[in-house]
Amino acid sequence: MYLYSLTLQKATGIVAAANGNFVGGKSQEIVVARGKVLDLLRPDENGKIQTILSVEVFGTIRSLAQFRLTGSQKDYIVVGSDSGRIVILEYNKEKNIFDKIHQETFGKSGCRRIVPGQYLAVDPKGRAVMIGACEKQKLVYVLNRDTAARLTISSPLEAHKSHTIVYSVAGVDCGFDNPIFAAIELDYSEADQDSSGVAASDAQKHLTFYELDLGLNHVSRKWSEPIDNGANMLVTVPGGGDGPSGVLVCAENFVIYKNQGHPDVRAVIPRRADLPAERGVLVVSAATHKQKSMFFFLLQTEYGDIFKVTLDYENEHVKELKIKYFDTMPVTASMCVLKSGFLFAASEFGNHALYQFKSIGDDEDVESSSATLMETEEGFQPVFFQPRGLKNLVRIDQVESLMPIMDMKVINLFEEETPQIFTLCGRGPRSSLRILRPGLAISEMAVSQLPGIPSAVWTVKKNVNDEFDAYIVVSFANATLVLSIGETVEEVSDSGFLDTTPSLAVSLLGDDSLMQVHPNGIRHIREDGRINEWKTPGKRTIVKVGSNRLQVVIALSGGELIYFEMDMTGQLMEVEKHEMSGDVACLDIAPVPEGRQRSRFLAVGSYDNTIRILSLDPDDCMQILSVQSVSSPPESLLLLEVQASVGGEDGADHPASVFLNAGLQNGVLFRTVVDMVTGQLSDTRSRFLGLRAPKLFSSIVRGRRAMLCLSSRPWLGYIHQGHFLLTPLSYETLEYAASFSSDQCAEGVVAVAGDALRVFTIERLGETFNETAIPLRYTPRKFVLHPKRKLLVVIESDQGALTAEEREAARKECLEAAGMGEKGNGNVEQMENGGGDDEEKDDPLSDEQYGYPKAESDKWVSCIRVLDPRTASTTCLLELQDNEAAFSVCTVNFHDKEYGTLLAVGTAKGLQFWPKRKFTAGFIHIYRFVEDGKVLQLLHKTQVDGIPLVLCQFQGRLLAGIGPVLRLYDLGKRRLLRKCENKLFPNTIISIHTYRDRIYVGDIQESFHYCKYRRDENQLYIFADDCVPRWLTASYHIDFDTMAGADKFGNVYFVRLPQDVSDEIEEDPTGGKIKWEQGKLNGAPNKVEEIVQFHVGDVVTSLQKASLIPGGGECIIFGTVMGSLGALLAFTSREDVDFFSHLEMHMRQEHPPLCGRDHMTYRSAYFPVKDVIDGDLCEQFPTLPPDLQRKIADELDRTPGEIMKKLEDIRNKII
Amino acid sequence: MQASDRFNINSQLEHLQAKYVGTGHADLNRFEWAVNIQRDSYASYIGHYPILAYFAIAENESIGRERYNFMQKMLLPCGLPPEREED
Repeated sequence: MYLYSLTLQKATGIVAAANGNFVGGKSQEIVVARGKVLDLLRPDENGKIQTILSVEVFGTIRSLAQFRLTGSQKDYIVVGSDSGRIVILEYNKEKNIFDKIHQETFGKSGCRRIVPGQYLAVDPKGRAVMIGACEKQKLVYVLNRDTAARLTISSPLEAHKSHTIVYSVAGVDCGFDNPIFAAIELDYSEADQDSSGVAASDAQKHLTFYELDLGLNHVSRKWSEPIDNGANMLVTVPGGGDGPSGVLVCAENFVIYKNQGHPDVRAVIPRRADLPAERGVLVVSAATHKQKSMFFFLLQTEYGDIFKVTLDYENEHVKELKIKYFDTMPVTASMCVLKSGFLFAASEFGNHALYQFKSIGDDEDVESSSATLMETEEGFQPVFFQPRGLKNLVRIDQVESLMPIMDMKVINLFEEETPQIFTLCGRGPRSSLRILRPGLAISEMAVSQLPGIPSAVWTVKKNVNDEFDAYIVVSFANATLVLSIGETVEEVSDSGFLDTTPSLAVSLLGDDSLMQVHPNGIRHIREDGRINEWKTPGKRTIVKVGSNRLQVVIALSGGELIYFEMDMTGQLMEVEKHEMSGDVACLDIAPVPEGRQRSRFLAVGSYDNTIRILSLDPDDCMQILSVQSVSSPPESLLLLEVQASVGGEDGADHPASVFLNAGLQNGVLFRTVVDMVTGQLSDTRSRFLGLRAPKLFSSIVRGRRAMLCLSSRPWLGYIHQGHFLLTPLSYETLEYAASFSSDQCAEGVVAVAGDALRVFTIERLGETFNETAIPLRYTPRKFVLHPKRKLLVVIESDQGALTAEEREAARKECLEAAGMGEKGNGNVEQMENGGGDDEEKDDPLSDEQYGYPKAESDKWVSCIRVLDPRTASTTCLLELQDNEAAFSVCTVNFHDKEYGTLLAVGTAKGLQFWPKRKFTAGFIHIYRFVEDGKVLQLLHKTQVDGIPLVLCQFQGRLLAGIGPVLRLYDLGKRRLLRKCENKLFPNTIISIHTYRDRIYVGDIQESFHYCKYRRDENQLYIFADDCVPRWLTASYHIDFDTMAGADKFGNVYFVRLPQDVSDEIEEDPTGGKIKWEQGKLNGAPNKVEEIVQFHVGDVVTSLQKASLIPGGGECIIFGTVMGSLGALLAFTSREDVDFFSHLEMHMRQEHPPLCGRDHMTYRSAYFPVKDVIDGDLCEQFPTLPPDLQRKIADELDRTPGEIMKKLEDIRNKII
Repeated sequence: MQASDRFNINSQLEHLQAKYVGTGHADLNRFEWAVNIQRDSYASYIGHYPILAYFAIAENESIGRERYNFMQKMLLPCGLPPEREED
């Protein structure tokens, strides 16, 4: 089995972010690392975050920094990754790529303890960069310019210190003196030797300054001083004239200003009033804002509260350090303050946000200061505050993030054309169930009813130079309606259009005249109001029209084509006639190319399943240039220019190719390349779009021509970052569409469907999925589908949180304290986290923004929810009591059928992980579905001797994995009854799949165990297992002998029981039992074989076999912690395997990954990759320069076009 | 030190031990081995963000706190060292 791996949704979580002027010019951009993806983002004028570039780097990005050489206008990016290399990147605006400026190897690859990459610090003046590891190694590179003003990098200078753990590094701003780097270090050498524990308790963190002597080219330890033992992060303080220099040391509960030769200035971080006493306050992310006259720091704590830190200083002496409560937002992985007054918050879980500053927190608020720091006998006096609504920030945009995907199912619950992906996302109060549909999201701007059923719609400008459209023209069966676009859209009668007849086409002709084609003629409306009418000869009517600004071709009934051209005087003149053999099905003319008189090609589709290209040149007018036969009569044609490859942002250096698109009656979209000179057709591709013949319309996307295809659902074909993408729109079936541009909406679409006129815009181009989110209460763990009622049952649980009642009481108290008591009382019912923007406004303390108050770590809250996904409503919600938390769920039909489908939920009471895993009790709850499955009713609760982490129905009974025990239960009146068990599993059972009499058990550390249940002897036994220790996180049953699994380290693998072993077991009357009793090396007698292995680079949390396209083959879909979705498709032909493995090989050679990690070793990070071809690497082929594309294509004996077609084809098989 | 000493196995080992933290030696005891493995593991958790996030979800802590906890555990990952035998 060979698989093709393709990422469907790139990771949406963010690891690190840095802001700067990467493009050059005034605008500020944000570069974000999403694990293995590097993105460049920019907030546009409307405050929406736009992705400029997204590159998969095939490596783990761990740290990012930005620097600028003195006097330069542009910033560089330094990347610390697992490649054992330092990489410096520059954004290339012309080509829209990251250029690798430098790549210096310093160590082994992989995320290792002593190989640098974890920490990055740059000198604020851009003269040096330090890259550090968790332990021992730190390297300093000197950055400079050569005579041609190119960036140079020195060989590394070592600043190592062995037996030392590093917590953080930062550059110290010391103007143009020698660059200094600061590090928090902890020496463990003595603690390792001293068995009395005295040395360990005396271990002291130090703040160390490393000075790079630019003259001597040498790094020395300049200064080292003990600091608070809770120190975890350093923040650079501006210096060299802009400030006092030095660093802020963020420690648990404190922020301390430190500098060489300066006394410590310490202030306590204010605490939330409801925080348990044993918990500290740790700063997890920081941002600095620096202006000419002032600077301040924003520090965010692990609870999401942001504090503004200011320093009161005189020259180099800091007198006071103030920490003031600023605002609260979800905990971030990284924050960026942009010069334009925006704050980009990269959330660690859940959606990212862009905030705008309303003020910079100069008002009165809870503040702690170094001047008022009180030391008592119990330590320093804390300062308390209550979080409140946003005061200084206002959220203006959100970027969706699925991180973390906890569970996923692909089901067609809504009976749509394609299945929906249901994902459980997020954590705590920001959890949600997100329903993903392949396709682009649209936002509807207007829907208006029309007097009849319209058949077509057009928009038309009055003048070619107008920015916006002037009229919307709607055609009905026997009339035409003209609407004028202004402040409002209203009907007009003075437009000159004939309104007593249906229309076939309406367009702008020449510079400023309008044309209406109706069945009996062509009406040409001149700018001054004169009307020229051309009538059809005899009783023949016009059936089809194709036109551009200067040319019109009409097809009369019977198959006659008449070609008109606009002459110099603006008259429409008949040029040529041509008799076709039969009726014409469709026509199209490409737009007039820039600087030309006419477009050269006319495409004509006939009912005899052919498409002809005719010339419109005066020399060979109406000559047939080429013929293409197709599988079914064409319904609609569109000639569309598509850039073959990515070029500059305008693509000028690459010739565009013209594609002839044809919508066929069998629902297939047929695309073929038209040779610009000869008109020959070549390189055909086709794709099934839906059950209706696609109608094709030209529209505008980001200023370029794009194609709307209306089949049983609408599709958009457009160019995104050099790729031509054909993506469905998540919208209903449309009849006819036209592009629409007005004051309110620059690039919209107007369409008719039923008796309504709809105006909408297409959002978030380039995304594969659009999502609908349903908020949940706690971290979702698992969910199941009630098969008959199509309801979802979700179990949610959170550790260390207060129960809903306690939270409500605390909230009331807090609101009353804030003097908002009356308002707050209205909210008692609303215990869900904020379900939308309106709610947030009413709710000054939405949990979504502020998080749940922390409780002791042995407290659990949990609930079981029955959800109707169609109405997004919760029909039943059971909160578990007494520290009980749900961990497993399944539906089960017991064989006595008394109750029908029941719900089994496995719970643990008082679970604690630390210092040692322990719990008070485990239970299995059995619930009945009542009231049409909408409500749950507890039947009984059975106490078990472990935590039931997995439940599964098996032969009319319930299988439970309880710790290392696999047990079979039957339903009793009062409790579950034990029927059979096997205690021989190594650690903890976390997954069970069943098929016939086989049971596939997944162990938390020891991969799969294949078991059999013998009914006659009532015995469960293991007959095969895996020899590789795999820390399973997800599993899926593929076939009788095969299982797919994913481990904690980011690998996906398939194991299969060899065919002969499988047969032997099935044929053996004892079912391999005798052999089982013998065993082998403390394991099962048979071993499964690994048949597929692939390093995804992200923890896969769910796997499922599903098909995302109607009639398509099945593939494995997986969801990951970082919020990405991927697919593994099995190849069906050996030929494809050869082709793609060779393409992959050439891509590896010619296009090594951006951050310096070797592709092959990355995909084999833990186990050698086996039989999986990396589609993400192959899909980078179109981004290569054209000569390299040609080189690879030559090696493969193909053309670059053919390779791109292959890539498109295989992608179309998946989504 | 004589010139030939540079090339003998012991000095090569010493060189490796100095360069690569965690290189073992003949008298390595169980505790030292375990400490080394644990520190490697923690460093790996810290380096791989998805794993860190996975732990953070399990313990319902922020990722930043989780990273800090792992760093702290690198000091004494296996508890106190055993008492040395007198020799």
